[in-house]
Amino acid sequence: MNLVRGIRSEITKLLSTRLWWVLALIMVVYVAICAGGLAAVFGSVGSGARGPAISHAQLPQLIYSFASSIGYVFPVLLGALAVTSEFRYQSLTPAFLAQPRRGVVLGAKVVTLFLTGAVFGVLALLGSIGAGAAVLSAFGIDPLLGDPEIWAFVGRSVLAMALWSAIGVGLGALVPSQVAAIVIVLAFTQFVEPLLRFASSLTDWSAQLGQFLPGSASDALVGSSFFTIASAAGPALEWWQGGLVLAAIAAVATLIGFFTSWRRDVS
Amino acid sequence: MPTGVPIEFASLTKTFGSVSAVSGLTVTIEPGQVTGFLGPNGAGKTTTLRMLLGLVRPTSGTATFGGTPYAKLASPLSTVGASLEAASFHPGRSARNHLAVHAQAAGLPKTAPDAALEKVGLSGYANRRVGGYSLGMRQRLGLAFALLGDPGVLVLDEPINGLDPEGIKWIRLLLRAMAAEGRTVLISSHLLSEVQQTVDDVIIISHGALVHRGELSSLDTSDSKQVQVNADERDRLAEVIRAAGYEVSNLRSGVLVENAAAADIGRIAFEAGIPLTALSQKRTGLEESFLTLVGEEGAL
Repeated sequence: MNLVRGIRSEITKLLSTRLWWVLALIMVVYVAICAGGLAAVFGSVGSGARGPAISHAQLPQLIYSFASSIGYVFPVLLGALAVTSEFRYQSLTPAFLAQPRRGVVLGAKVVTLFLTGAVFGVLALLGSIGAGAAVLSAFGIDPLLGDPEIWAFVGRSVLAMALWSAIGVGLGALVPSQVAAIVIVLAFTQFVEPLLRFASSLTDWSAQLGQFLPGSASDALVGSSFFTIASAAGPALEWWQGGLVLAAIAAVATLIGFFTSWRRDVS
Repeated sequence: MPTGVPIEFASLTKTFGSVSAVSGLTVTIEPGQVTGFLGPNGAGKTTTLRMLLGLVRPTSGTATFGGTPYAKLASPLSTVGASLEAASFHPGRSARNHLAVHAQAAGLPKTAPDAALEKVGLSGYANRRVGGYSLGMRQRLGLAFALLGDPGVLVLDEPINGLDPEGIKWIRLLLRAMAAEGRTVLISSHLLSEVQQTVDDVIIISHGALVHRGELSSLDTSDSKQVQVNADERDRLAEVIRAAGYEVSNLRSGVLVENAAAADIGRIAFEAGIPLTALSQKRTGLEESFLTLVGEEGAL
């Protein structure tokens, strides 16, 4: 009952400021441009060109996967900001007055952001599939929209985006400073992790570790991404293992955040 | 009508590292009256209130509402309404949504936010983003949050700070009315003059420790033995009083007599045939007693 109230409150919190739709709008446009652009490149060049050979059967899913492979930073940011803004604007004071059980407040936040992340996933896929399928069709390539494989991939992508949003909540609880959290999200997702993934693929033993990097786990869960095609075929987790790795990261970060920043004195 | 329960502090102590913010505070605040919680800035008022509300963990001791700590209250917002000094709202959210967020978390009825805004006179600004609010409006919104659950206990940190004279009069009447209904009302301030027309009882702390507890009138010790007196023939007046055995010093507007009663000084002047232009027993006054109690740093 308390958790349901908390979730209702968190939904109101999210919807009553502009952040969610600004982030969603940028994400959809960004994902759509990338998916449409890549579809146009592959469509016009054809599969006989130099570079990695990608069959027309693989191509649609690869293009649609931009929704999560580049769009995942948006749910992470949303989740992190949902927590850090509470610290920044000292709104934890009234929140903890209304619900003194702090675990309930954080739990409601995780659930709400998980659901919101799923919505972000749907929106991002609308962007990537909308633009990607339109461009592929224009070049006479089958967008495979009737393929059950594609729809299973869509479901896994939505799950990945939901998990990324929950990871954002954990990160925000771990690093309550808003500026620091944003810097970490951007630096890690755009720079540190791609480098680590590349470096880890160079040797066999590091590749074993590399598959547990959150980005690799996410790609394993989703099933394909530009990254996995572009880099050498290394070991990869099963899709459900990838999902568990993401869920574990979210859970551990949130728990540590709860016992450090969240339970601290509010003054 | 929700009834108030007493607020009870028992040996409440908080130390930050080696610094003691609140030490051994034991005091009970009764319902049915407005109690002022006074002390200079940094005396530990806000820390005490945050411990009472479960936001800060005490180092030792307890703070309860009729024996129940805040975190254990069945429906906190319907039992205790609190507003703390810090502006604690997201500037991009409207006042109505700000209240709705917390009303939903506490399971209060859907009508609670609008009812609270109505009580504090913010109905006309309900949909405006809080970031554009003036300090006085923020204070009112803080109070609206406190009133959200129609609680029997009100705990307000510096509620008068930032209000205009009209707002001060309004909150004074509101708090008096709430106390008259049997609720417990605790308001903090670092200025006695700010609350002296509002409170019945005062609790004064300094350096985290209780220094005075009692009715407001108990502060006015009135044990002053100074008399201020003046006459056109001021020099002769001073001479006559000094001759009668009193210690006299000159003021800009007359003569100050130590350890004297106004009646005695009046008689001395009358017998000497000096017409007086002024005669009064100097009163120490509430503010002066307050400053004496809290020490030098109270003179802010």
